[in-house]
Amino acid sequence: MSKLLEFIKKIEPKKGSLAHTLYDGFFTFLYTPDEVTHGGTHIKDGMDLKRTMVIVVLSLQLCYLLGTYNIGHQHFLAIGEHTAFLEGFHLKLFYGLGKLLPIWIVTHVVGLGIEFYYAWKKGHGIEEGFLVSGALIPLIMPPDLPLWILALSVAFAVWIGKEAFGGTGMNIWNIALLSRVFVFFAYPTTISGDEVWVAGLERASSGAAVDYGWWHHLCNVFFDWAGWSTFNGAAQVIDGFTGATPLSLAFQGGWEQVTSVYSETAMWWGSIPGSIGETSKPLIIVGALMLIVSGIGSWRIMLGMFLGAVVMGWLLNAWGATPFMEVPWQYHFYMGSFFFAMAFMATDPVTAASTDQGKWIYGFLIGFIGLIIRVLNPAYPEGWMLAILLLNTFAPLIDHYILQANISKRLKRA
Amino acid sequence: MVIRYRRLITNILFLVLLSPTSLLAQSTSSESFLNVGLVIMAVIVFITALILVGDNLIGIEAKEGKVNIPSTGGFSRLFAKKPAKYVEGSYHALTRGFDIKLTGEAKKEVESIPVSAVALQPPNFTGMSPIPKVLFEPGQEVLAGDALFFDKKRPDIKYVSPVSGEVAAINRGEKRAITEIVIIPDKEQRYRQVPSVDLNTVSREELITFLINTGAWPFIRQRPYNLVAKPGDVPENIFVSTFDTAPLAPDNDFIIQGQENEWEKGIEILTKLTDGKVYLGLNANGPDAPAKAFTNISSAEKVWFSGPHPVGNVGVQIHHIHPVSSTNIAWVLGVQDVIVIGRLFTEGRFNAERLVALTGQCVEDRKYVRVPLGAKISELVKGQELTDAHRIISGDVLSGHKKSQEGYLDFYDDQLTVIDEGKEYEMFGWLLPLKMRPSTSKTYPNFMFPDVEFEVNTNTHGERRAFVVTGQYENMLPMDIYPQHLMKAILTNDYEKMEGLGIHELAEEDIALCEFACTSKQPLQHILRQGLDMMREQG
Repeated sequence: MSKLLEFIKKIEPKKGSLAHTLYDGFFTFLYTPDEVTHGGTHIKDGMDLKRTMVIVVLSLQLCYLLGTYNIGHQHFLAIGEHTAFLEGFHLKLFYGLGKLLPIWIVTHVVGLGIEFYYAWKKGHGIEEGFLVSGALIPLIMPPDLPLWILALSVAFAVWIGKEAFGGTGMNIWNIALLSRVFVFFAYPTTISGDEVWVAGLERASSGAAVDYGWWHHLCNVFFDWAGWSTFNGAAQVIDGFTGATPLSLAFQGGWEQVTSVYSETAMWWGSIPGSIGETSKPLIIVGALMLIVSGIGSWRIMLGMFLGAVVMGWLLNAWGATPFMEVPWQYHFYMGSFFFAMAFMATDPVTAASTDQGKWIYGFLIGFIGLIIRVLNPAYPEGWMLAILLLNTFAPLIDHYILQANISKRLKRA
Repeated sequence: MVIRYRRLITNILFLVLLSPTSLLAQSTSSESFLNVGLVIMAVIVFITALILVGDNLIGIEAKEGKVNIPSTGGFSRLFAKKPAKYVEGSYHALTRGFDIKLTGEAKKEVESIPVSAVALQPPNFTGMSPIPKVLFEPGQEVLAGDALFFDKKRPDIKYVSPVSGEVAAINRGEKRAITEIVIIPDKEQRYRQVPSVDLNTVSREELITFLINTGAWPFIRQRPYNLVAKPGDVPENIFVSTFDTAPLAPDNDFIIQGQENEWEKGIEILTKLTDGKVYLGLNANGPDAPAKAFTNISSAEKVWFSGPHPVGNVGVQIHHIHPVSSTNIAWVLGVQDVIVIGRLFTEGRFNAERLVALTGQCVEDRKYVRVPLGAKISELVKGQELTDAHRIISGDVLSGHKKSQEGYLDFYDDQLTVIDEGKEYEMFGWLLPLKMRPSTSKTYPNFMFPDVEFEVNTNTHGERRAFVVTGQYENMLPMDIYPQHLMKAILTNDYEKMEGLGIHELAEEDIALCEFACTSKQPLQHILRQGLDMMREQG
């Protein structure tokens, strides 16, 4: 036994205390326990839930990197400074960190706090579910979301959405999306509209002042010392800036209105306003491939969802009653959070359909219904969140019919 | 049928034709690389559709021509492995499952070892009452073939002594349940007289009485439930798997050498026990054909199987040949069990000697040994000290049972495995393990090195969790069964669903690989046995 392990064993708190639950959570993170098999198989696969979850978290890291930077980039675009993507790198990065870190910390303190409490109360180990939920939630929130709303939404999702149903593996709806939908319905003025997608502006209209705090002054001191450019507290939002996302532009005036503001390249690579992690399509696809190759994310759901969206896109194009409907189907993949929802939200194994055929149906219907909601919903031009939650509700029904087919096949044979 | 497929084909073609036209319509507005990607995707969809259509056409043709092809549709049929050259007749290529490659295979050499104690263990027989009626006192002499005990619930089945000698002890466990009846064998074995039977004229009932009286009956087990068969039942079919794909499993092609006559006789007897057929599951995996004794037999129906473990499990084979249900019973035997039955006729005595493979990384002298049934484990690995740091297993690492050094091999087992215990902490073992370990997961680089053999220990590599991951069990079980939903049905005592989802078709060994792979470390074999017991008591 190594010295470190000996030391850690020595400080183990009394069993049954909240401190022990915490200790156990961190200890099993550091060391795989010395538990051996008894009854059943004598050897076990090297795979466990921690490893599964950490692969998902790893596949999100590129989104985190670009998401963080893009918060800063959008901010500086709005005030017309450092408009080239890599210009003012340190400013954009630190600006993004200043926004992302509080969001990340609040999410984890609230979410893990509730998890730890219930693990202690129910007397089981801390389950790893929140590792992924906690990594996803910051990425699907708008960067300027007030932290108290975030805290409320995470508490709602973990408490009502998960622990009330019995904890990890028992929930009906995707935890991350529940927290997002809580913000969406409880604080609609905060999350819809154009203001929220670009951080650090007093208003999203020209002439508005920037909103810098202690963090930026602290950074300025450091940047000054290093001889780099600094945050300019006197900057103003430039003329013609709207802060609108491509989707709200498409809702107003179709694809032409979108391309008049954002280039296709910018939309594809993600240097556009939006939720923190969902803007860059190639990086999400890399994450999705990671999940598919490692076998952790279901390719059936992903492909099914893609096909569903394509089919609905065709149908809407054929109908073509509004400018939004006339947006060519393939451009729907440029806008909004389709790929993020496909790779990381729809594939949550707990809330998705659990049979192989069911996954096809589940994925296809999300794509199909999600695009309907995006295009035909007058209030808010995005649909994946609601479509996934809707299909989460119906996933057990889909599975039920697949299982019934299996059962009746067996009955027929007898 | 054909009309339905035609509609499907036209639908697919319609979609495929539609996709490039809509692309062309928009390509003028922008020349971005996404369009190129979409064109590529459309091409892939087109090819996929073509393959699907072709595959369905093949399926229709096959059905009309009454050709036996794997029933799983889609690409698996089109890309199914071609059978090896030696395969003739019915062939099933199974794709799901996983071969766990471990170090410690037994060398192909046989040694007969004298054993100072053997034991019959009543708990080896599923459903046996805890205190069966023992017919001998400690100290009394028995002959090989003398009835030792019987189950009070099923007094018609006798369990006989595998050796002649002195009954040394009747060991009891919890609540005075009898766990072992230990016999010290004589140097010179003496056998109880077996009445002679003329195989040409004997009736089925007489043959069954003969098998019960000679003590060979417990070798015949029934599916569902994996119990010793009921003499009153008439099985639809009898199944024997001639190969074992479990980790480090003994090689039946090697075991059969020199025992071909006994084997053939045994199969001949089995054919008289059923109105249906005796099916042999044959191994189509290897580069060479299995032993002639298996392939040349004419009295049994031969069915070839290829694929990873658990393809060698008789339960999996039954599922693909003639599935069992609560009313449709099948009987199953192992190869060496058939040989013991054959010896009743070729040798005229109950000779329950068998070859046992000594396997596992912790056994120094790995080989096959010829010992009586139920041999004492410490005698098998003579000259080697086994300690608490070793896990001694009667059977294979997936579905065998843990034994102490003073324990005895189980009744149906022909393998002893010894591996390391894994009672140790491992820093970041879940993330960056120091030692490679077998895994079905592609998050380990193992899948790129399919031939690497692993050393293993009994560490669980993680803690038990709720069911989270889906589709994992299905990938480990080549049967049309949803194991995870079945497990949930068992845990919620939903009898109707258990039966509907096919609990009767499963035995613990079939689900063992799912338990190995389970991310949530759920005790599936235990859950399944609970469910089977519940079903048996109900019905």
